[in-house]
Amino acid sequence: MSPLSSGKKGSRHLFMGNEAIARGALEAGVRVVAGYPGTPASEIIENLAKIAKEGSRKLYVEWSVNEKVALEVASAASFAGLPTMAVMKQPGLNVAADYLLHLSGSGVRGPMVLVSADDPGALSSVNEGETRYYAKLMEIPLLEPGDFQEAKDMTTWAFKLSDTIKNVVLLRTVTRLSHASGTVVLGEIPENGSNAFFKHDGFILDPNEGAILSPPVEYKHTEQQRKLKIAEALFEDSPFNTYTGPEKPELLIITSSICSLYSKEAVSILGVRDRVGILKLGTTWPLPPKRLLKHLSSCDHIFIVEEVLPFLEDEVKILAAEHGKTLGAKFFYGKKEGYLPMVGEMNPDKVAAALSRILAMPQPGMDDVYKKRATEISFAGSPHREATFCPGCPHRASFWTLNTALSMDNRNGFVCGDIGCYSMAVLPAGFSTLKTLHAMGSGTGVASGFGKLGGFGMSQPVLSVCGDSTFFHSAIPPLVNAIHHHSNMTLVVLDNSGTAMTGFQPHPGLEKDAMGNVAEKIDIPEVCRALGAEVRVCDPFDVSESRQVLLDLMDRDGVKVLVLKQSCALSPEKKSLKKYTMSVDQSLCAGENCGCNRLCTRIFACPGLIWDKENNRSRIDEVVCAGCGVCSSICPKGAIMKKEAV
Amino acid sequence: MPELTLKHDPYNLIITGVGGQGNVMTSRAVGNMLSLLGFHVTIGETFGASQRGGSVMSHVRISKDSSWSPQIPSGHAHMVVSMEPSETIRVLKDFGNRDVKVITNTRPFYPVGVISGQISYPSDDDIRTWISELTSKAWFLNATEKAVAIGDPILGNVIMAGALAGTGELPLDREVFHTIMASRFSGDILQKNLDAYAFGVESVLSRKI
Ligand code: SF4
Ligand code: SF4
Repeated sequence: MSPLSSGKKGSRHLFMGNEAIARGALEAGVRVVAGYPGTPASEIIENLAKIAKEGSRKLYVEWSVNEKVALEVASAASFAGLPTMAVMKQPGLNVAADYLLHLSGSGVRGPMVLVSADDPGALSSVNEGETRYYAKLMEIPLLEPGDFQEAKDMTTWAFKLSDTIKNVVLLRTVTRLSHASGTVVLGEIPENGSNAFFKHDGFILDPNEGAILSPPVEYKHTEQQRKLKIAEALFEDSPFNTYTGPEKPELLIITSSICSLYSKEAVSILGVRDRVGILKLGTTWPLPPKRLLKHLSSCDHIFIVEEVLPFLEDEVKILAAEHGKTLGAKFFYGKKEGYLPMVGEMNPDKVAAALSRILAMPQPGMDDVYKKRATEISFAGSPHREATFCPGCPHRASFWTLNTALSMDNRNGFVCGDIGCYSMAVLPAGFSTLKTLHAMGSGTGVASGFGKLGGFGMSQPVLSVCGDSTFFHSAIPPLVNAIHHHSNMTLVVLDNSGTAMTGFQPHPGLEKDAMGNVAEKIDIPEVCRALGAEVRVCDPFDVSESRQVLLDLMDRDGVKVLVLKQSCALSPEKKSLKKYTMSVDQSLCAGENCGCNRLCTRIFACPGLIWDKENNRSRIDEVVCAGCGVCSSICPKGAIMKKEAV
Repeated sequence: MPELTLKHDPYNLIITGVGGQGNVMTSRAVGNMLSLLGFHVTIGETFGASQRGGSVMSHVRISKDSSWSPQIPSGHAHMVVSMEPSETIRVLKDFGNRDVKVITNTRPFYPVGVISGQISYPSDDDIRTWISELTSKAWFLNATEKAVAIGDPILGNVIMAGALAGTGELPLDREVFHTIMASRFSGDILQKNLDAYAFGVESVLSRKI
C-alpha cells in the first residue's frame, strides 16, 4: 500500500503536487473521481485509481471518455449526496465548459471539486490556456495552492467550501506544482460515509429534494451569486492567504500559485526581505476585498507576479480604482507595464530581474565571465537535442508510411494532425508530416472540411490522424460529420493500445478500466464500419503493406479509415522485450556512397541507428535499439538485418 | 542521530540526463533519503520530454526549514549529477558557477542530429577538459557500462546516487538507501540496486575517477 492511502495522520512524506491533491481528496472523504488523462493532471487520477484497486475503501475512479463526460459522471455522485471530484488539464476544461456552465447554475448537493491543471510555458501542451478566467465566467470560487502542503490542505478545504455553498469549487494547479515534489504532513482519512441516494421528488425549487436544473434562470443565477458572496466572506479570513514581510513595505508583491515560491526566491536572492512584502493569495476568485484593501493601504507600489495572463493584476487594479478615493494613487508593476512577460511561464530569474528593475538595484544573475565561457563551450559541447519518437515507436513507422505514400501519390496531399505523442510529427522526427495541429479531435474535423473543398477545385488528398484514445474522446463526431456530408478524406487511427503520451491510461478501446476491472471493449474498426466508412487494419511495422493499403484508400472517394495497430514501445507488456536482434551488415551497407542518402540515419533517424563516420557505415546501438525490425525494411541495400530474438 | 548539516541552505542539486534514462528515479531516491532524514526537499522536474529523448532535468532543493522554488535560479547549482556528458555542459551553461561540482556519466546518448551525422558530438577528451574548466571539482565515471555489467542500464541512476553519497556533499547514507530500496524491491533486484549503489560510492572514495 502506498503512503498515499496508508500514511498516518501527522506523518511527513515527499509527495508530488498531484499526489498531495489526491491525498487531500481522500482526507475529504471523496467517493467518486472521474477525469481524462492530460499532462500535468494525470497522476491525480492514476494514484486514486491505484487506491481504488487496493479495495480498502469505497472509492470509484474512472478515466472517462472525455472531460465533459468526466464532469457529468462526477456530478451524478454529487447529486446523490457523495463527495466527488473531476480532474482534467486546462484544455479539457474547455471541453467540459458547456456542462460546467449549466452545473454551476444548477448547483450541487454532495461536495464537488473540479481540478484543472494549467501548463504555463506549454511544457507538455500545444497551448498555455488559463483556468482562472473560467472561475469568473462560471461564477464559482477558485482556489490556487502555492506549495505542496497547500495542495493537500486546500483540496480538502475545497470540499468543505463546496459543501457550504452547494456549488462546484474550482481548484487550479500548474505543471511546476503538479509535477514537482515537496514535503507534506498528512491529515486523517475519514471512515466510509453515507450511501448514495438521489432525492428528486420534492418541490422543483427545493435545493435538497427537487429536480436539479439551471432554470428558472434568473432565480438560480441569483442563488449562484449569493453562494459566491458566501465564499468571498470566507476568503477574507482564509489561512491560505498569507503575508510575509515588514508592516509597511516599500514594495508589495501580490502573487499566487507556484509564483509565490518564485517571489520568495527572488526576494531572497536580492536580499530585500526587510523592504519587500509578499502577499500570497490562495483564494483568487472572488478576491477577498477587505483583505486586499488592508494590504493595498500599507504600500503604494504594487508588483504582481502570476502566470500567464494578467488576471490578478486586472482584478487588483479594478479594486484599487473602486477605492481610489480612500487608497490614493497606486503604482503598479505588472505585465501590462512590461515588468513581466505576458507569455510563457515564470521562474525565479524573471521575477528577480523585474524586482531589481523596480527597486533600481543591479540585476542579479550569473557571473559574466563564467557565463560567456560556458556559453562558448556549450556550442560545441552540448549539441542540440531534438525531441524524437522513442526507439521502436510505432509512430515513426506510421509516419514513414504516411510520408512516403503521400510523395508516391504525388498530388501534394497532406495530413491534419491531432493531440498525442504523434503531434511530434510536425517535426523532422515524424518527417514533418503534420500540417495542421489544434485541439483534440480537430484533425478529423478540419479534414472533414478540407474534404468538401473539391467543388472549389481542390484535388489534394486529405488525411487526418488521431490516436486511439483521441478517437473516443472527440474524433467520432467529426467522423460522423464527414461521412454524413460525403466528404473525401482518410482518417488514419494510430492505435497504440493506450493513452501512451500520458502514461498508458486505459480508454474505451481496451478491456480494462482505471481500477483494473474488466471493461467493455469498443472496437474502433467496427465503430467506423457501422458508421459507414471503408475500413482497413494494418500493422505499421509492416511498412510496405501499410503503404500499399493507404495508397489504395487515398485513390478512392468518400470517407476511409486506416487503423495502424501496434502497441507503444513503452507499453508495459513490451518493455525490455526485443522482438528482433538487429545488425547492419557492414559489407552490404554502402554508406554515403550508395545513393541511399543515408536513409536510415539521416531521414528515418531512429535513435537505435548510429552513423559511424569513421567507417562510413551505419551501426545498431544495442542499448538503445528496441528491436522492432522496421529499419530493416527501409534500407534499399537490405543491409539492416533482423533475426528473431531468442 | 548525529546533527545533520547542509553546506548550503537551500542546497541546490541538479540531476540531469536524457528522457528515458530514468532521472526521475535518481531524484526521487535522493529526495526520499533526505526527506527521511528530516530535511525539507523540493524537487522540480519536467516530465514532458522525459520519454522522448529530450534533455531532462530535476532540480532538487534541500533545506532545513522550508520549501523552495522547484526551479533553481540561474547560476545557483551547487552540484550537478549527470547521466549524460553533453547534458552536463548544457546544465552548466545555465546553472553553473566557479564553485559548482559535477559527477558525470561518461557514456554519450547521441542526439538525433548526431546520429544522423548533421552535427557532431564532442570528444571524450574535450568533454573532460571543458567540464573541469567550468567546475571546482568533477568526477567522471562510466556508470552505464557498469550498470549493464550488473544487469540493467537503468541501474546507472543508482550508481550515480551512490557516487553522490560518496562525495560527502550531502548527508546521504547507505542505511537510508537500503531502507528505501527494501521498501520497494526484494531478492535479486534489491541486491543489484545495493551493488550499484556501493559501486558508485566506491568509485568516488577510491578516487580512481
Ligand atoms: S544501412 Fe542502408 S540506408 Fe543506412 S546507410 Fe547503409 S545502405 Fe544506406
Ligand atoms: S530495429 Fe531499427 S527501427 Fe527498430 S528500434 Fe532498432 S534501430 Fe530502431
